[in-house]
Amino acid sequence: MYKYDQIDQKLVDERVNQYSGQLKRYLNNELSDEEFRPLRLQNGLYIQRHAPMLRVAIPYGMLSSKQLRKLADIADKFDRGYGHFSTRQNIQFNWPKLENTPKILKALAEVEMHAIQTSGNCIRNITTDQFAGATPDEVVDPRYIAEIIRQWSTFHPEFALLPRKFKISVTGSEKDRALVQAHDIGLEFSKNPMGKMVIKVWVGGGLGRTPVIGSVIREELEWEHILTYCEAILRVYNLYGRRDNMYKARIKILVKSLGIDKFKELVEKEWAFIMDGPNTINEEELNRVASFFTAPDYKKSEPINLDAFKDDKNFTQWLSRNTHSHKIKGYRSVTLSLKSNHSAPGDATVDQMHAVAKLADKYSFSELRVSHEQNLILADVEESLLYELWQEAKLHNLATPNIGLLTDIICCPGGDFCSLANAKSIPIAESIQALFDDMDYLHDIGDISLNISGCMNACGHHHVGHIGVLGVDKDGSEWYQITLGGDQGNNASIGKVIGPSFSSEEMPIVVKKIIGVYVNQRHEDELFIDCVKRIGIEPFKSGVYGERV
Amino acid sequence: MTILNSQLIHEQTIIKDEWQTIELPKITQEVKKQAGKVVLFKLTGEEYPTEEQVNQTIVPESGKTLLPLKVLIKHQEFLKERIKNKDIGFWFATHEEIESQILLLHDINLYPLIAVYIEKFSDGRIFSLANQLRTKYRFKNNLRAFGDVLRDQLFFLKRSGFNSYLIRKDRNAKDALKGLSDFSDPYQGALDIKNPVWKRIKR
Repeated sequence: MYKYDQIDQKLVDERVNQYSGQLKRYLNNELSDEEFRPLRLQNGLYIQRHAPMLRVAIPYGMLSSKQLRKLADIADKFDRGYGHFSTRQNIQFNWPKLENTPKILKALAEVEMHAIQTSGNCIRNITTDQFAGATPDEVVDPRYIAEIIRQWSTFHPEFALLPRKFKISVTGSEKDRALVQAHDIGLEFSKNPMGKMVIKVWVGGGLGRTPVIGSVIREELEWEHILTYCEAILRVYNLYGRRDNMYKARIKILVKSLGIDKFKELVEKEWAFIMDGPNTINEEELNRVASFFTAPDYKKSEPINLDAFKDDKNFTQWLSRNTHSHKIKGYRSVTLSLKSNHSAPGDATVDQMHAVAKLADKYSFSELRVSHEQNLILADVEESLLYELWQEAKLHNLATPNIGLLTDIICCPGGDFCSLANAKSIPIAESIQALFDDMDYLHDIGDISLNISGCMNACGHHHVGHIGVLGVDKDGSEWYQITLGGDQGNNASIGKVIGPSFSSEEMPIVVKKIIGVYVNQRHEDELFIDCVKRIGIEPFKSGVYGERV
Repeated sequence: MTILNSQLIHEQTIIKDEWQTIELPKITQEVKKQAGKVVLFKLTGEEYPTEEQVNQTIVPESGKTLLPLKVLIKHQEFLKERIKNKDIGFWFATHEEIESQILLLHDINLYPLIAVYIEKFSDGRIFSLANQLRTKYRFKNNLRAFGDVLRDQLFFLKRSGFNSYLIRKDRNAKDALKGLSDFSDPYQGALDIKNPVWKRIKR
């Protein structure tokens, strides 16, 4: 993975100093709340219900075991013994004290980490495929591209105060696991027939209050131009994006109102002035950054003999759900589930973080990734060691065999923590997980995604969940609206609302009814999402509301 | 060197402001509201200033004078000599659509100073406008930010092409100066340091 040189380290160290000074001036009343706000936000600091929340960047989800241990230490020393991995591959601490935040940032800088631009109206953490570099369907490793974009976007002077937040996602695989169509800019890398690396550029996608699937602005942009082209897009957005109404300030609203053709015309016009300019990437720089992401020292590993485990149902269930095929024969990528029935989705305790760091050291070249589904991934594990790994992971409650199943719930922190939320989301996740505790039944239901957001900001990506749950406020009480048929990946779609919302008590039963309709209606081997797409939402409506409709 | 009572930073030094900035006459206008709050940012391209404001603006007869862009355009011919003597500069606000206006000027580099007015420090349009002035319109002379100009944005303003900053009245310009050197080796190429770090330093 990427290693800082003195340039990177100095920037991060200077940031710690800058922020410490800003906080000091704020506490001395030399900065108003309003003036301090964008400064603290661009350092990941929110003012929350109970205490400030600090969001730490995990660039494109990559972590070393050393970094994870530092995160565990921070959770131990400055928080309440756990951290929350978010849908943007970051980690959040919910209980730090304001005056401790410079110390936390200093500790992070010691392991080449920071909280730069994890919030605020700027370019956020670049996200990508959690199986990057290891998955067999990969055409281009998106990590070095993401690192190049990370460096370019860090303290980008022109885009320091955009109309609204800006999220860029990168994929280089045939199957998109990075939600590129639901980002402000989505970059899909591939190779053209001449073998040259090219980019399909999506723009104006996003979830939130107004969910929109992005539009293609360039079918095949040559890789050298990636930064200058993004610059042109961002310049048009920065100048013309709405600032008078924060709910209409994302780039998707601008693209929609201008139309993609007019928007593209403006972008191309701006690009003409900077195309081939100094920020154009060259082969040398591409190779330099790529050299940090070379394949680890793979051993010759024997493929696992499945026959030997055919009676061990628990292990084979885990194997089928929690491991992903690998480009190297004899290896697999393992997903450690942070979705057990006993904790909030995406939460990891200090002990779990230490345990995962140990597993990474022992089984996966001391590296791991965070997925946008809020789990942790060991990308390069020898198949012959999987059984051993599974047993160790179980001891720390990290081996729930539910990846991609109903209880692998994607969930924002919700009203328990977040001051933006209309409703709680974690208790909903927990009540659904508690109702569906029969693993055999879960495996029978098969692939299904359930996403919960506590408000329309959509941190739980509910629009693209097969089942989406959105917390809404009605006259001061918490209600939940359900959408069906959302999907991520290459055929991303936005879910449709099935009808009036439900109380929190009704939620598990409603989900059970939805699943019941699917089980009755499905064709053999038909996945939930395919069934919804085939029969539409009507049967689900009557299944859920019955006489009420 | 101590200079008292100046809020103006030029490059890295506090200097006296030799320019008189001509403001537009206030006209009563309806305050737009959104959910009970005053809208903080005007939309790009909103008509500003009004014809009435332009017509009512009085251009002083002598001295280095910074005029609203539309006022300058109106009096361009009349001010020919003073423009030649480098006595005239112009300013506009961040929400003004400048493209069509700038085309009406003979040569942007006849003006020793352009200033951009920022009503709210968090209005990042100012950065892109500076970039366009430098890159697209090839403006080579002094570029000043004025209005809600604060220490914590100076580094970005400098990198976007400004070299002159009139710090908000109630803030200390000497303190603000420190903001210009928050970071020593930025990653990306911008308007002050043109090349990205990987072209400047062997990494």
